[in-house]
Amino acid sequence: MADLEVTTLHPWQELQRLAIGAVTPDFMAVYEVKQAFLNTVIFAFCGIFLSIVMGSVLAFFFEWKPVRLFCAFIRAVHEIFWALIFLPVVGLNPLCGVLAIAVPYTGIFAKVYAEIRQESDHSPLAGVPFQTHPISRFFYGVLPVIYADIKHYSSYRLECALRSSAILGFVGLPTLGFHLETAFREGLYSEVFAILYCFYFLIASLKYWVKEKISWLYVVLAFAFISKEISLSWGNVTRFFTYEILPWPMRREGVLSGTQDISFSWDQVWGWGQDILQTEGFAGVWETVVLTQIVLVGTGVLTLLAFPLVCRHFQQGFPKHFSRYILIIIRTTPEYILAYAFLQLWGPSMLPAILAIGLHNGAILGHLTGQNADLIQLRADAPKGKINRYFFEVLPRVYGQFLAFLFYRWEVMMRESAILGILGIYTLGFYIDSAISDDKMDKAVFLILITALLNMIIDTTSQIIRKRLKISTKLVTSS
Amino acid sequence: MFRLQDVSVSYKDTLALKNITVHIQEGEKVALIGPSGAGKTTLLYTLYELEKQSSAFVHQHYALVPQLSVFHNVYMGRLDHHRTTYNLLNLLKPQKKEIEKIYPILDSLGMAENMFKRVGALSGGQQQRTAIARAMFRQVDTLFADEPVSSIDPHQAGTVLQLITRTTKTVILSLHSVDLALQFAERIIGMRLGQVIFDMPPEKVDDRLLSQLYQPC
Repeated sequence: MADLEVTTLHPWQELQRLAIGAVTPDFMAVYEVKQAFLNTVIFAFCGIFLSIVMGSVLAFFFEWKPVRLFCAFIRAVHEIFWALIFLPVVGLNPLCGVLAIAVPYTGIFAKVYAEIRQESDHSPLAGVPFQTHPISRFFYGVLPVIYADIKHYSSYRLECALRSSAILGFVGLPTLGFHLETAFREGLYSEVFAILYCFYFLIASLKYWVKEKISWLYVVLAFAFISKEISLSWGNVTRFFTYEILPWPMRREGVLSGTQDISFSWDQVWGWGQDILQTEGFAGVWETVVLTQIVLVGTGVLTLLAFPLVCRHFQQGFPKHFSRYILIIIRTTPEYILAYAFLQLWGPSMLPAILAIGLHNGAILGHLTGQNADLIQLRADAPKGKINRYFFEVLPRVYGQFLAFLFYRWEVMMRESAILGILGIYTLGFYIDSAISDDKMDKAVFLILITALLNMIIDTTSQIIRKRLKISTKLVTSS
Repeated sequence: MFRLQDVSVSYKDTLALKNITVHIQEGEKVALIGPSGAGKTTLLYTLYELEKQSSAFVHQHYALVPQLSVFHNVYMGRLDHHRTTYNLLNLLKPQKKEIEKIYPILDSLGMAENMFKRVGALSGGQQQRTAIARAMFRQVDTLFADEPVSSIDPHQAGTVLQLITRTTKTVILSLHSVDLALQFAERIIGMRLGQVIFDMPPEKVDDRLLSQLYQPC
């Protein structure tokens, strides 16, 4: 059911040029895009700071259903979609990039912080006098217990924010993606790889320059840098939320008569919705689901192939380290950039998307499953041969966690499948991008809502499956 | 002061206390003894629930915050007596006034030199003494303690129990060590299978009663 056709005339020739670019990076080009590098870091820092603050506040109220639903919704929409929404509202300025990262990450932080709190050791609270003010109770009895986990997760998210920030350039924001897209389009692969290598270096060096005690300084500097460039017209914001995103039939009379009058003809609005669903919505959902499911299976297969390469029970020394670095490089490359590269090679079909999302997620899950397998102590009678050891000793013992990780990433794969439509694959992102290009924000927002709903359905299904199978993503090996 | 009349407590399908009647007067030093699963902890918690605000509790598993210092864990005993801003300030920078109050308590328990060490880095015995210090710092008239000296060596256990019984008006504790119970309590309640088997002064507790209490089920 999937379109897997290679439509470019000379894919192997292009691949050859790509390979040459990989070994002849043009680092002078990086100097020319230094501002884009800085912007990528600044957007990431500002976005992550705002989302940590807002996510922490929402995490306190996460047991309240409306908050849970709100967070599920904002994190279900990909940061590129948020950027496309904010572009007409705030214009092409840094605020758009910062908000595009901050909004979905707020939902993610609220959920993860609340889960960390829920799964933490509650026993110290028994030692807090019961009439203690909730704030004191939290700072003495809860925060110290969860702080290490919160810190660990937040720093991991900074890495994700850098990736998100980079790909925002693909929709026109002045980050690395903007220059990557130009370089790809012009076939300047040496420039592409120089930028990518520097990006890998940036991510790999995070732990050396982002220290807890000075991270606030980076945040202050980041806000100081972008504060000069931010401009916001409240008129635009109001117009967007109270007029532009309203279904066309509600605005038509106003637009035709040159006013902003709104009419409430529900029949026409219903017809408008039905029309979008029938012409584009259902097709987009179908293609998105097909792509997601192929990727889910593909990621599973790749994970099962990749994890023995980084597991101590199968590999030692150089081969293990080499495989580990390969997986790091693949997972550090944003799937959007991978898809863009494959698209240049093979033309628009599902194939580039399948490979990009599959490779990216396979590398992440391969690393996690390998880590999990490393924790296993082999039984005394474990088979000696690698193949038998894989099938009869290690795989059965990590399979539960592997499934948990896979279903945990299902929602992410769905988000990625939808967004890759922007690159010309007929998933929901394709129709959303087309609607925005045609200046039909009402249609775009409607389709984004469908995408979010689809994502929330997959997230809930994944949670139900994990609960039913009684599997957890925690790194604990089954005995 | 504490009155339980025909009280039963159950966890799901398990009856932990069966028709218990216990009256404890102010100023009494009571020890609960009995085999594991006798209902001692449940009885302690049930009594504690009656006067939570004016009592302190030393939990069997300490209920400490391993990531915080001994000082902060002890200070937690009086978190409800201070304004939130003061508590937060004290978390960031230990206040001299509080250090002066906490130091003598830790000193009496042989823990003064560990005052600013992280609790997670201490031994089980030191953690248990931190939990006792927190209960003492609460400065209330009633102290409940569930196996408060289980991780402390026998010699120091005696010193700690002496300190607790001397400085707090009413003490209700559960103990595995019958010798320590007989030595430091003024009233012994023997429990078995959720029921009170005997309730009498220590001098009346004899070997026959003890062997009846601890006989295998």
